[in-house]
Amino acid sequence: MTSARRLRPVALAISLGVAACGTATGPDEPAPAADGVRLGGTITVFAAASLTDVVAELAAVLAERHPGVTVRPSFGASSSLREQILAGAPADVFAAADAADVDAVVDAGAARTPVPFASNHLEIVVPAGNAAGVDGLTDFGDDALVLGVCAAEVPCGRLAQAAFAHAGVSARPDTEEPDARALLAKVASGELDAGLVYRTDVLAGGADVAGIALPPGAAATTTYPAVVLDRSRQRDVAEAFVALLVSDEGRAVLARAGFGPP
Amino acid sequence: MTGPAPVRPPAVLVPLALVAVTFVVLPFVALLQRTPWSDLADLLRRPIVTDALELSLVSALAATALSLVFGVPLAWVLARSQLPGRSALRALVLLPMVLPPVVGGASLLLAFGRRGLVGAPLHEATGLLLPFSLWGVIVANTFVALPFLVLTVEAGLRAADRRFEDAAATLGAGPWTTFRRVTLPLVAPSLLAGAVVCWARALGEFGATVTFAGNLQGRTQTMPLAVFLALESDRDAAVALSLVLIAVSLAVLVPLRDRWLGT
Repeated sequence: MTSARRLRPVALAISLGVAACGTATGPDEPAPAADGVRLGGTITVFAAASLTDVVAELAAVLAERHPGVTVRPSFGASSSLREQILAGAPADVFAAADAADVDAVVDAGAARTPVPFASNHLEIVVPAGNAAGVDGLTDFGDDALVLGVCAAEVPCGRLAQAAFAHAGVSARPDTEEPDARALLAKVASGELDAGLVYRTDVLAGGADVAGIALPPGAAATTTYPAVVLDRSRQRDVAEAFVALLVSDEGRAVLARAGFGPP
Repeated sequence: MTGPAPVRPPAVLVPLALVAVTFVVLPFVALLQRTPWSDLADLLRRPIVTDALELSLVSALAATALSLVFGVPLAWVLARSQLPGRSALRALVLLPMVLPPVVGGASLLLAFGRRGLVGAPLHEATGLLLPFSLWGVIVANTFVALPFLVLTVEAGLRAADRRFEDAAATLGAGPWTTFRRVTLPLVAPSLLAGAVVCWARALGEFGATVTFAGNLQGRTQTMPLAVFLALESDRDAAVALSLVLIAVSLAVLVPLRDRWLGT
């Protein structure tokens, strides 16, 4: 190879590098946030499984308003997330499906003031078509039906036990699922005749399931609190996320998913 | 006859082996340190512990038995037969080892659930329902544990000296007699090792069980399921359950001697 030909790839590389450097200087600055503060950084949000779609949507809204902000959600049963936080997990925000789990975190000194941002209530969920003809809580005492509830260790299960106790029903479930979405999936596929999940889960189940409302006063409502954890290294971003949850916009997203006001 | 003469280990292997041992043993040590020894006796008497232990032992044993009955013939086919497509068959059989157990459980539902490919007609015809029953637990355990047995026994069969089987045939033994009285004893160490690994895998199974059989104390809640749920509500019970599971496993695995497993 002649020396000129040998140099050509080098020349190409240098010119590409210069061109890249050239475009890197002077990008358009992103517009500052409405309040003039530009936030940046990554936060980890531990949220109850029922908040999956809501948190994903609000994370996108926050990232759009503040480019440079990334929200990394981690979903699970609130009790499981609580245990992870108590064991030192690096979360910035904790949004739980009931007050007990957030209170436990506050009592352990890991956070201070919880903020209620939504409510949810239980509904009976049946596969589309309701082949088994389920119509109320009393059907959960029927041995002939294949029924499921959430395990008593998770908020959805605790709420179910309260609802059964209130209605005086001696429930005979065939399975106690570790989380509401797993229960929903089994009802949606027709493996279970009915289950007790949150209203928001029923909506998330779409056309595969139908919901049967419980009578009012059935002791089946829960309030969702959110709290910023003291260990957060991006406190301002975390607080912005919680503020978004309680804002009108957050309220609208929550309402679309089936949540009620706090 | 004594074993082979002891070999001095290459120097670099010893510290690496020490790291491996520490890595495996350390969580167990941490568990022992966290155990509520004074409450242990009470915790172990609780129905949630005794129910889960009984279910775990019964289902693991049943899964091992099923794996032996159906897995050994499969291992023989993979090792000895001239069937075309054996490699593809082996890959399929080993699939449950690679799949995340929850995926395995979901697939089992699609096959044997009430609306499943086989489960639906089965339910229509006989009213039999595998999910949410002990048999569902056994099916889930067998599904994940069978490949371990097949793999081990196939390796044993491949390594076995076929001249003994040829000699038996020459002496007039039929295929079944040869299999029963020559082949099986010849691969006994692999059978035992395979059965043990299969049993251990079945005992620790969680994902496929909870997805296919569900979770109900006294009916389908095995030890791993009980531990998982107890972790969120009662740490002490979770630690006690874990301790029992480890103790039971050690009780079976420790007495296994090198020579039984075939060195």
